[in-house]
Amino acid sequence: MRILKALRGFVERAWLVALVFVLWEVVTRAVNETYFPPPTRIAQALHELWFSGPASSLFLTENATDDFSTSLTHLFIGWGAAGAAGVVLGAAIGRSQVLYDMASPVLEFLRAVPPPTLLPFFIIVFQLGSTMQIVTIAFGVVWPVLLNTCDGVRTVESLQLETARVFGVGRFRRLVTIILPGAAPKIFAGLRVALSFALILMVISELFGSTAGIGSELLGAQRSFELPRMWAGIVMLGILGFVFNAVFMLLERRLLAWHIGAQRLAT
Amino acid sequence: MLQITGLTHSYGGDGLKVLDGLDLTVPDGQLVSIVGPSGCGKSTLLRCIAGLIQPTGGRLTLDGRPINGVPDDLAVVFQDYSRSLFPWLSVRDNVALPLRRRGKSRSERRAAAEEALESVGLHDAGRKYPWQLSGGMQQRVSIARALAYRPSLLLMDEPFGSVDAQTREDLEDLVLQVHRTEKMTILLVTHDIDESVYVGDRVVVLNRSPARVHADLPVGLPSVRDQIDTRGLPEFVQLRAEVGRLVRGGARVPGAAPVGAQPAGVAEAKGAGAKPAP
Amino acid sequence: MSFRRIVFGAAGVAGAVALLEVVSRTGLVDASALPPATTVLGEAAKLAVDGKFLADVAATLQAWFGGLALAVLVAVPLGVLLGSVPLLGTAARALVELMRPIPSVALIPLAIILFADPTQMKMSLIFYACLWPILINTLYALRDVDPVAKDSLRSFGFGTPSVLWRVSLPSAAPFITTGVRIAASVALIVVVSTELLAGGINGVGIYLSSTQAGGGRTDLLLAGAVWAGVLGLLANLALLGLERVAFRWHSAKVEAIA
Repeated sequence: MRILKALRGFVERAWLVALVFVLWEVVTRAVNETYFPPPTRIAQALHELWFSGPASSLFLTENATDDFSTSLTHLFIGWGAAGAAGVVLGAAIGRSQVLYDMASPVLEFLRAVPPPTLLPFFIIVFQLGSTMQIVTIAFGVVWPVLLNTCDGVRTVESLQLETARVFGVGRFRRLVTIILPGAAPKIFAGLRVALSFALILMVISELFGSTAGIGSELLGAQRSFELPRMWAGIVMLGILGFVFNAVFMLLERRLLAWHIGAQRLAT
Repeated sequence: MLQITGLTHSYGGDGLKVLDGLDLTVPDGQLVSIVGPSGCGKSTLLRCIAGLIQPTGGRLTLDGRPINGVPDDLAVVFQDYSRSLFPWLSVRDNVALPLRRRGKSRSERRAAAEEALESVGLHDAGRKYPWQLSGGMQQRVSIARALAYRPSLLLMDEPFGSVDAQTREDLEDLVLQVHRTEKMTILLVTHDIDESVYVGDRVVVLNRSPARVHADLPVGLPSVRDQIDTRGLPEFVQLRAEVGRLVRGGARVPGAAPVGAQPAGVAEAKGAGAKPAP
Repeated sequence: MSFRRIVFGAAGVAGAVALLEVVSRTGLVDASALPPATTVLGEAAKLAVDGKFLADVAATLQAWFGGLALAVLVAVPLGVLLGSVPLLGTAARALVELMRPIPSVALIPLAIILFADPTQMKMSLIFYACLWPILINTLYALRDVDPVAKDSLRSFGFGTPSVLWRVSLPSAAPFITTGVRIAASVALIVVVSTELLAGGINGVGIYLSSTQAGGGRTDLLLAGAVWAGVLGLLANLALLGLERVAFRWHSAKVEAIA
């Protein structure tokens, strides 16, 4: 009974996805379309490019280890640095009304600058290469984390802070055990947005010229007009985006179980 | 001993005046109910005593020392348990957190927390999260947190305002039991007239805002109380009517002291005598 | 309170400008990399009256606004249609969740081969990038409409179209608008990236890449970025203002809960 129900749920969700894929496959094969190759050919290109390696290296090709490690290193260094800086600065600014009032117009402006507009500037200052890519990512994604942390820290329940004060919880301990956990749901939301922005900026910075990375693979495929390979790159980036989001949500659900539980009861 | 003289407070500089020259003395070990019409400044009074807000005028001393900042051995139980408990900490950690200030080791803190939880009737809730408990149980957790802290003065700000009637009675009895065994001074703010008489050794009635002490009545009920029997006593009924009239703004009728009021120990304490509002 | 915020905010901006000025003038940071703030602002002021730059801004705005409007016109009706048929809604959400993670800038190389006309290319990419946030917010908003509100109207004998028009859409509208606001900020990123990578005739991104190619004066590059930030800020404020005015009842409700 239960299996049947789960199966039904799956069919209800997946039928449209399946239909779209089948239609895409049939139509593109029938008209022999160049720009939108059939899904099976994209999958094949994806396999050849990155996943046809020996079992000893988890089926990853040499190409894959090169591309993925380059891209992901940049992504996570940039995101991690921005995340750490955003939380620290955001907490400091959010705790002080004066600092917040002074900083918020500047911060709102900096957040509004679309990060790619600074790419030419960073290329001039740092030259093409890893530093430029990491700086682009970090500078582009620090604002959502910073502003969300500010907001979270400012909106911590005042009664919780009063309770902590009454029971003599010291300043530092108050920050670590009351303020940061109370702000955590908003901080995590900021980090999640930042991660998806970081992926976008990783792609853009690689499209500008790089020798390794998924973006450079995309660019190479475009220049040699190999459309299935280019689509493989697009799909791979989609998979990464999907996986990042899923892993982050899982982490969030574990770490913020209290928040989700408390929310569910509140509504 | 808690001494309050001429306590005045207004919010936002010269804004709304909520307390106006309030005098109150509470000897050690007394359980004082503070009642008054809603919005009369009861919570402001408690926040001043707790050192959470600096009053604009008057003097507050605890055991002779003026209160600036939160006093060392004072605990507060707020009405809104859902906002004063920390949802990201387990029940046990919620109770244990304040004990860091007492310089105890981790295991000592845990043991003290478990003991306090046991004393409020929550033996096996320690590992749960506050939001997994019912409202009444959550308020028990905040009481346990206050007890584990072993304060000499416990402030309760409408502690039973957000629970159902049955739970309310259970928690009232819990407070009475705690008062008997722990011998701490308790100030309980409430807007429930019935409750103020049932729980208190003494009932202090505040005026409508800006608040001052309107009347101060000793409660001459036997110290062991029972939800059914005590509430049926003629003294209880009469005192409740008296407090009710005072809360609604009536003047204290001299000589209408509660019939059969025993000159209990508390009534001899300084400032605890019934006196007409100034 | 508001006066205080203006004063402090102005002080903060002045402080940030002064700080950048000082680190650059004293040589703490290489002035050719980070020019003094006054120089950047001076160049930005010159750009404001530069006809060529204004044409760039106009082209960027046109593509941005056009693509966004197109996405709203397609995504909202589509979302309402898909969202009001339960079986279709579930399946559509699954499809959208699968498509959404693809970063839209990954499609820029494809769009470069696909479209010859730069405006058409920009608008298509913006359309694609904006489609998902708006569609997803519409789908979820329609799913979460209070069934009691729908039933209460139905009990007065109203049919499905009136329920949709009078209950579902108004209560979903604030959430849809939030989707549009997210889409607008993503669109600005996409339009500038596309201009930078694909070239073309006019656009803020074109201005930036030609400045970079022509000697790479960082003061000019930063001046361009300042204007891009102003555009982003104005768009965000405009949409937030619209939300606040149009959905006063909604924010009142949210504040009441908070």
